[in-house]
Amino acid sequence: MTAAAVPATSPASTGEQPGVRLARSRRNAELSLLLLAMVLVAAYSATVEATALDTVTPDFWIPTAALGLVFLGLHLVIRWLAPFADPALLPAVALLNGIGVGFLRRYDLAQAAPADREHLAIFAGTGGRQLAWTLAAVMLAAGLLVIMRDHRSLSRYAYTLGLAGIVLVMIPAVLPARFSEINNAKLWIRIGGFSIQPGEFAKLALLTFFAYYLVRKREVLSLASRRVLGIDFPRGRDLGPVLVVWIISLLVLVFEKDLGTSLLYFGMFVVTLYIATERVSWLLIGLILFFGGAYLAYVLGSTVGGPFANFYLRAEIWLDPFGDPYDKGYQLVQGLLTLGTGGLFGAGPGGGQPTLLPEVQTDFIFAGIGEEIGLFGLSALLVVYLLIVERGLRAALAVRDSFGKLLAGGLAFTLGLQVFVIVGGISKLIPLTGQTTPFLSAGGSSLMANWLLIAVLLRVSDGARRPVTPGGPAVRPSGGPPEQLHGAPTEVIRP
Amino acid sequence: MNAPLRRVGVVVMILFGLLFANLNWIQAYKADEYRNSDYNGRVQVAEYERKRGNIEVGGTAYALSKETGGKLKFQRSYPGGEMYAHVLGYKPVNNADIGIEQVENDFLAGTSDQLIGDRVKDMFTGNKTGGGNVLLTLSKRAQETAYKQLQDNQVGATRGAAIAIDPRTGAVQALVSMPSFDPNPLVSHDTAAASKAFNKLEQDPERPLANRALSETLPPGSTFKIVVAAAALENGVSKETRIPAGSSWTPPTSGQPIRNAAASICPESQVTLMDAVTESCNTGFAQLGVRLGADKLKEKARQFGFEQDDLTVGQLNEGGLPVAASRTGEMTAPGGSTDPAALAQSSIGQRDVRMTPLQGALIAASVANGGSQMRPYLVKQLLAPDRTTSYYTAKPRELRRPVSGEVASDLQDMMESVVKNGTGRKAAISGYTVGGKTGTAQSGPDTPDHGWFIGYVMDKNGTPISAVCVELERAGSGGSAEAARIAGRIMAAVIADSGGR
Repeated sequence: MTAAAVPATSPASTGEQPGVRLARSRRNAELSLLLLAMVLVAAYSATVEATALDTVTPDFWIPTAALGLVFLGLHLVIRWLAPFADPALLPAVALLNGIGVGFLRRYDLAQAAPADREHLAIFAGTGGRQLAWTLAAVMLAAGLLVIMRDHRSLSRYAYTLGLAGIVLVMIPAVLPARFSEINNAKLWIRIGGFSIQPGEFAKLALLTFFAYYLVRKREVLSLASRRVLGIDFPRGRDLGPVLVVWIISLLVLVFEKDLGTSLLYFGMFVVTLYIATERVSWLLIGLILFFGGAYLAYVLGSTVGGPFANFYLRAEIWLDPFGDPYDKGYQLVQGLLTLGTGGLFGAGPGGGQPTLLPEVQTDFIFAGIGEEIGLFGLSALLVVYLLIVERGLRAALAVRDSFGKLLAGGLAFTLGLQVFVIVGGISKLIPLTGQTTPFLSAGGSSLMANWLLIAVLLRVSDGARRPVTPGGPAVRPSGGPPEQLHGAPTEVIRP
Repeated sequence: MNAPLRRVGVVVMILFGLLFANLNWIQAYKADEYRNSDYNGRVQVAEYERKRGNIEVGGTAYALSKETGGKLKFQRSYPGGEMYAHVLGYKPVNNADIGIEQVENDFLAGTSDQLIGDRVKDMFTGNKTGGGNVLLTLSKRAQETAYKQLQDNQVGATRGAAIAIDPRTGAVQALVSMPSFDPNPLVSHDTAAASKAFNKLEQDPERPLANRALSETLPPGSTFKIVVAAAALENGVSKETRIPAGSSWTPPTSGQPIRNAAASICPESQVTLMDAVTESCNTGFAQLGVRLGADKLKEKARQFGFEQDDLTVGQLNEGGLPVAASRTGEMTAPGGSTDPAALAQSSIGQRDVRMTPLQGALIAASVANGGSQMRPYLVKQLLAPDRTTSYYTAKPRELRRPVSGEVASDLQDMMESVVKNGTGRKAAISGYTVGGKTGTAQSGPDTPDHGWFIGYVMDKNGTPISAVCVELERAGSGGSAEAARIAGRIMAAVIADSGGR
């Protein structure tokens, strides 16, 4: 599936090329790739029914068609408002999202009583809800494309978004556990039967703020330095913001009991800092701070306990999940067994037993899918993720302004890091943490936030590949004139 | 800013490379280990996908599977409860299986190579026919009698065993170990409850899970005299030969005198071999054993089946419930020369002589069957899932020939005298010829004696019907007489079940 996507890339899309060579919009390539993705999803759904029900119901194509329609709608919005956006992004994400909905529907089939299996309503169960969330999330992404005609307009709201991000991160930590805790991780806001994961949105808001802040501070952060052992280290007072983010992420680790989110925020910040300053020292400082902090939390957890005990426990499970296979290590052990059962080729879509794996619809969806599509299928999914990330980074390379570079680079990296944290967690590469698998896991917050992230990447890639009128400013759609942006320190690199 | 962006791209590729390498480790290298892991619920679910076959006795299923509608589609149940527990064993969801459930697991589960034809047929017809059925040799009536009589024994023994075999074929007619257990809680789909029930049984000091009839050895006491008598008959002693006896005899090198169970037993200086067996004369057999020597005794015991440690009771080709080896033990002094004291005590089934109840029944069966010992077995037939095809039918075969027909005939006379005139009167069945030998074995300095009885029954034409061994652990006084009574009941039950030949 991904092999087909690669040749569609324009070889001329690297940013340093003169603008005139970027003039092809490649929307038709996007459309045909999208159709291909939908055909794959439909084939997946049909295989699931054929295996799990021994028959393909006449309605098997309806969820796929609903997804296809809304993706087609987004494609039309892109055609209209972002005609030069990267053509591989939408089809790749559509494929992942379609497989996710298909697998969740497959999980519902396994859960349903045998008599009801052939008459599962289209919006019923986890799969149906995920389908509805997808429709909403894609519309939200389309809405963002409509409102935000130029990614630089985001910088206008940088401080608001930064504040909102911090508040969103903090809410679950300060809320009482009964409003915020699910499965021993305080990551939620729960009101009635409804729960949202504010961290998913906070990640976007914080990154926008980081990008804006670092563009303004990059000169001082990258120039004022002391040289120690051949590496340039920043001045002490410039370390302030990094330390603040470090402390916030450690607080998240301790009070929200979630290593993954903490690692995600901190990784996101350090990498954008590195991109902005081009100083390897920031990476070193970041890594040392993070691993030092995590080790300290581990040691404190084993001696002091209290808020650190959860992290210690998770680390212990990671080190030896089979030490307590029926209780503490149960999830991870079952995840590993599920992956192992899948083997190279998997049991085939619909052929596995996802009901045996706890949290298969959320944290462990990658393992649940892996049982059915095997190592080869999972490798393909990883390649699709990698494609999205590298396409995002490519947009960052090509875009002309520093804010756009940092924004797209940071978002793309964050997406990749999140995939690494959760997939690494369920496969015992790193300690398991409660992250969602982007576009696959059941959950509206995650879907919406990640579709918004894709919308921003689409917008930035459109800005990057849009032809530039020689001598004048970049052609802009009829949105707000960026010249009036208050204090926007964007650099427009003109050829 | 482009240089760091490119490096970030490389970092992401490295991270994904790590994920990919790790997935290879799990899904390729460790795949088989994880797929077949004990913690992997799929292994069990797959086992419960197909209906497991029955284990049947006399046309009644005593182990069967019923549909549940749950995740594990079938629930195993054992309607016989405690009565058949040690033969059938159990097949729990998570824990280890045992008994016929274990040894015939492949056939019962339907995964046996023999059933490949049925599986192929399933593929075409779309039916799930389930596993094969195992038919046992047990006699319902004999099994029930053995279980009830052991439970209700009149000497208050809490531990014991009984086994009955057909001397002509080796087919096991009854096999009971006391105390028993109910296997049903062990196969509960609530695996925590099942494990709890199992742990409780395993920690019970009475060890209800042990199959005493096959895997526990105890000193056989006077029942071992049949082996000594057989060795004597082959070495120039006839049943009418007078052998030295007396109320007490002290072996040459030991200060420990050997006495009889009661002062009325063989106080004369000489008795016939026949009388020595009938009365169970310790002093006579101690001296006889010393005269024969350790080698001849050990050799005769070996010919009866002692020292064999690879016997199994199941099908006749291979597999089955393991049987512990019976032992004659050390009879030599530290220097290597024969120790007369040890030999004397061994000759009356004490010292280090140890025997399983099955071995006792095999001795009686060999005598009844004219000197030919048939290999014991439990599985009579393996029936296809649809019950039309038989995949295995037991063809009885001789295991060994411990004594000649003549010696066997002499031994029969002596054992029948035991039941007619001697210590085993309670085993008598009117209208049938019953032979046997009681045994009372010291279990320790301060604990009650074990009571034994080995014996057989023949019809009027001299055709052997059943050979039995009953053992009551720490039964105290009257233990061997009670064992004889129970043995008589079991043999009567076999006769009734086979139509009173």
